[in-house]
Amino acid sequence: MRNISPKTVQKIAMTAVWAGGFITVAILLLIIIYVLFQGLPSISLDFLLTAPQGGLSGEGGISTVIVSTVYLIGVTLLILVPVGIGAAVYLAEYAPSNRFTGFIRYGIEVLAGVPSIIFGLFGFVLFVTALHLKFSILSGALTLVCLLLPTMIRTTEEAIKAVPRSYREGALALGCTRWQTIAKVVIPAAIPGIITSIILCTGRAIGETACLYVTMGGSAAMPTSLLSGGRTLSLHVFYLAMETRAMDKAMATATVLIIVIVVVNAFTNWLAHWFYVRMNRG
Amino acid sequence: MEVTLNKNIESLPYLDNVKLRTRMANLYYNKFQALRNVTLEIPSHAITAIIGPSGCGKSSLLRLFNRMNDLIPNTRVTGDIELDGKNIYEKSIDVVDLRKRVGMVFQKPNPFPMSIYDNIVFGPKQHGRTNRNELNKIVENVLRKSALWDEVKDKLEQSALALSGGQQQRLCIARVLAVEPEVILMDEPCSALDPVATLKIEDLMRTLREIYTIVIVTHNMQQAARVSDMAAFMMMAGDRAGELVEYGHTSQIFTNPRDKRTEDYITGRFG
Repeated sequence: MRNISPKTVQKIAMTAVWAGGFITVAILLLIIIYVLFQGLPSISLDFLLTAPQGGLSGEGGISTVIVSTVYLIGVTLLILVPVGIGAAVYLAEYAPSNRFTGFIRYGIEVLAGVPSIIFGLFGFVLFVTALHLKFSILSGALTLVCLLLPTMIRTTEEAIKAVPRSYREGALALGCTRWQTIAKVVIPAAIPGIITSIILCTGRAIGETACLYVTMGGSAAMPTSLLSGGRTLSLHVFYLAMETRAMDKAMATATVLIIVIVVVNAFTNWLAHWFYVRMNRG
Repeated sequence: MEVTLNKNIESLPYLDNVKLRTRMANLYYNKFQALRNVTLEIPSHAITAIIGPSGCGKSSLLRLFNRMNDLIPNTRVTGDIELDGKNIYEKSIDVVDLRKRVGMVFQKPNPFPMSIYDNIVFGPKQHGRTNRNELNKIVENVLRKSALWDEVKDKLEQSALALSGGQQQRLCIARVLAVEPEVILMDEPCSALDPVATLKIEDLMRTLREIYTIVIVTHNMQQAARVSDMAAFMMMAGDRAGELVEYGHTSQIFTNPRDKRTEDYITGRFG
């Protein structure tokens, strides 16, 4: 190594780094282009607005699937967001640093790494069977909440901890209670981070398949209540690919899925930027 | 070092109206003792400066008066610290009420990430004032008092973070005034500001003295000499921090210090 000049080392390093970046982007583009190429031709307004017919042919569209997905995500976020923010506020602002909270933190870390199918089995045993919620949107949503809470709590806690100490001191010195300080200064200042964490969870929820397979069933019918079964876009892709011959429809559904995720991400960036601008400029 | 003395010094009646008092006050962070048997009386409607080298316990002393030290885990306070003759470390004292009466301005300007208007009405709103007209009056009143009104009256809805450092600090002072405190504690309020902004804050302090009791921690000797009526010199020696070496009228401290250490420090011969 001693004989190689620093400039050569730099060249080699740059090439390696550049190659890493290139491979990542290339793989990503390859997947997206392939799916879009296969899926776009089958997408039409008709496809989006008719219900899947079921059966081996895989005929029909994805209207009920879209409704199920939106329904599921809505219910999930409704439970996930308040519980997640509450836990994050507790951990970031109130929890003393002792063995107990250390244990909670450790538990959250571990849970974040548990495969989703394990949460699925847990959801099946608890929600579907023991609580008699059956294969339903509610069972699926509750399972997703369990799956996503660790991520939600961790990212929200980071966002809250990133709020400068000086804001807290400023509010407390004005004679605000701890809760006023948290509710009116700390959480608003952490909103961009919290939104990012919500959208991150939404993205994961949209893509989740395994744990919903065992908690939502796979009914392609239009959901009518929290206790209806349902099928999300990802589940639909799974069913179409594994149980029908309609690979084109699977690709079309996958295309819709990718577009949804891209839109959600773009929306997140825009929203976070909007909040940033609103708070930092005039 | 050349110092300019406060001309008003002799005309003010001192120490027959004590606002804040400490008696044998000790402060510990865990085992570290940050204040040692500090005893002093701070008069109302005057500016009292706490001076001394870094780490000597100036800020710790200042934060005793609004109990901001409480926020640091494992702190312990002994001795008496009184506001208007009442011990503020008694169990019956509500810290939230205390901090309404004893406001604080920090070293680094810390406006909240919201509009100028919202920064000022923040305190009053949290304390239950909701009438829009009343709030508007408060905003104009305190912005005028803090000499910021003319600069910001047309952009009250703009983010406070867009203001310059000096404006932000005056906004923070206005924000404190909006809560109608009796005492204003200032923790090196000008150390992050340029000389022009510093002078503006000092002018502001002189006008505020008529209404409030001001205690300021400063590194800047000239500043202490320029604005303060009373001065307290603190020191650390070795690992012994938090000792009040000398306390008296600013003119006396700067022209005729009784303690050799004070003299060495103010003449720059320290260390």
